[in-house]
Amino acid sequence: MSAQLQTADAAFDVEAIRAQFPVLAQAIRGKPLVYLDSAASAQKPEVVIQAVTDCYRHYYSNIHRGVHTLSERSTAAFERARDTVARFLNAPHAHDVIFLRGTTEATNLVAHSFVRPRLHAGDEILVTELEHHSNIVPWQLVAAEKGAKVVAAPISDRGEVDVDAFVACITERTRFIAIAHVSNVLGTLLPVAEIVAAAHARGIPVLVDGAQGVPHLAVDVQALGCDFYCFSSHKVYGPSGVGALYGRRELLAGMPPYQGGGGMIRRVSFKGSTFADAPERFEAGTPDIAGVIGCGAAIEWVEAIGLDVVAAHEHALTEYTMQRLGEVPGVRLIGTAPGKAGVVSFVMDGVHPHDIGTILDGEGVAVRVGHHCAQPLMDRFEVPATARASFGVYNTLADVDALVAAVEKVRHWFG
Amino acid sequence: MSDLRDLYQEVILDHNKRPRNFRVVDPATHHAEGFNPLCGDRLTVYLDVEGDVIRDLSFQGQGCAISTASASMMTEALKGKRIDEVEPLFTKFHDLVTTDGPLPEGLGKLSVLAGVRDYPSRVKCATLAWHALKAALAHQQSVATE
Repeated sequence: MSAQLQTADAAFDVEAIRAQFPVLAQAIRGKPLVYLDSAASAQKPEVVIQAVTDCYRHYYSNIHRGVHTLSERSTAAFERARDTVARFLNAPHAHDVIFLRGTTEATNLVAHSFVRPRLHAGDEILVTELEHHSNIVPWQLVAAEKGAKVVAAPISDRGEVDVDAFVACITERTRFIAIAHVSNVLGTLLPVAEIVAAAHARGIPVLVDGAQGVPHLAVDVQALGCDFYCFSSHKVYGPSGVGALYGRRELLAGMPPYQGGGGMIRRVSFKGSTFADAPERFEAGTPDIAGVIGCGAAIEWVEAIGLDVVAAHEHALTEYTMQRLGEVPGVRLIGTAPGKAGVVSFVMDGVHPHDIGTILDGEGVAVRVGHHCAQPLMDRFEVPATARASFGVYNTLADVDALVAAVEKVRHWFG
Repeated sequence: MSDLRDLYQEVILDHNKRPRNFRVVDPATHHAEGFNPLCGDRLTVYLDVEGDVIRDLSFQGQGCAISTASASMMTEALKGKRIDEVEPLFTKFHDLVTTDGPLPEGLGKLSVLAGVRDYPSRVKCATLAWHALKAALAHQQSVATE
């Protein structure tokens, strides 16, 4: 069946892509590795591994600190990564990009430094039912402190966010909106630009959790119109422990620091301290320098392939998976919105997802099983957990065939 | 495939499909909920203890084949036993599913869960019901395995 389906770009050579990922060329429990867990974390191409290694081997030093040659070289490479991220997101300026540990630190920063000072008792923060815990819990923490509450807009049975239904949840007490760009469980692409337009018409700022957006779509923060956008490097083929937050400059300028320490100050004395401008104000302490440089290398690598090509390839994989898995008796797909991006969740009659995961691993097929850090979404679909296959640019239709064969084996064992 | 069959033995698949003592003991002298936040497995263990004897033991809940089968076999193994027999049996069972050493003796049918030792991510599934049982005997309401 695989041969019937072609990806959109005839010039795209998935085998040439795969050859750049050393980790993929191995056997798991005697079977060729089929890695379908990129939504949890993507594998790293040679060029990223090399960029990190090159930094440590040839020019590593602390940044923004020294006048010596290595410090200047490290600083230049670090700031080049910031330029790369800014271009990648189409941010107006590199100074609008803050390097952090990841999406989670970004939502916590915005909760602490932007939302918290604006929040009063009875206020509301609006999210959706499909959010990842990192786009729920930081808001709950500040809401609990202020006597405010987090409200979740509903999703449809197919896992879609309807703009009108979302807007109906906006009240005169809504102070902030935080939504995913793409659902990490359902693969749903949210109508971000429409929601931002409706929110801004009411004077409400919007954060977009782009952890699953950036790996699968070309992102343009100016076209989306959002006030904040964040993502994690490790889901877009870069090192873990690194991520970035884009914020509109006028908002960043008015925000107090999130953490205090070195690198974020202008002048420190025991009478009081003053702080640097963004982005440094929000980058206290020595960051993961090589990781940030690796993140920049990963983004350049993806840009060279082309996000449109990546999206088309992953769309073909997703459609094929939905079709094939949908044909297996006893399999129920969770999340059937049109235009899904790279993620297919499913459950099986009479089989717990944990058992699916273990048996698939025995076939060399790596999927994520569990609640995917989205327990409210599991409640919404009344399942304890799901199995989730998620795609990267290196996956093939043969990978999907291996998944389906392994799922058939699960059915045979538990049938 | 053979190594996975060591984990999913027929006995385990059977207990998963038809769990024994899958009901509520009412009235129960002890009960507690076990919860695994990692995978969402959740089960409640119920006991009827008279003196120092476990007269009845049951469970209900939702979990994977390993946690369901383990809970089912635990209820069979301990019904009619004395309370002071629980801890030594749990120690042996824990060794069974976590160590590389020779299989502990005296576990009877529970030994079919030995395959779990090759799957560290599944140990908490196998021990969930046991932790809930111990919490119940200690008069705790619930226990989480992380």
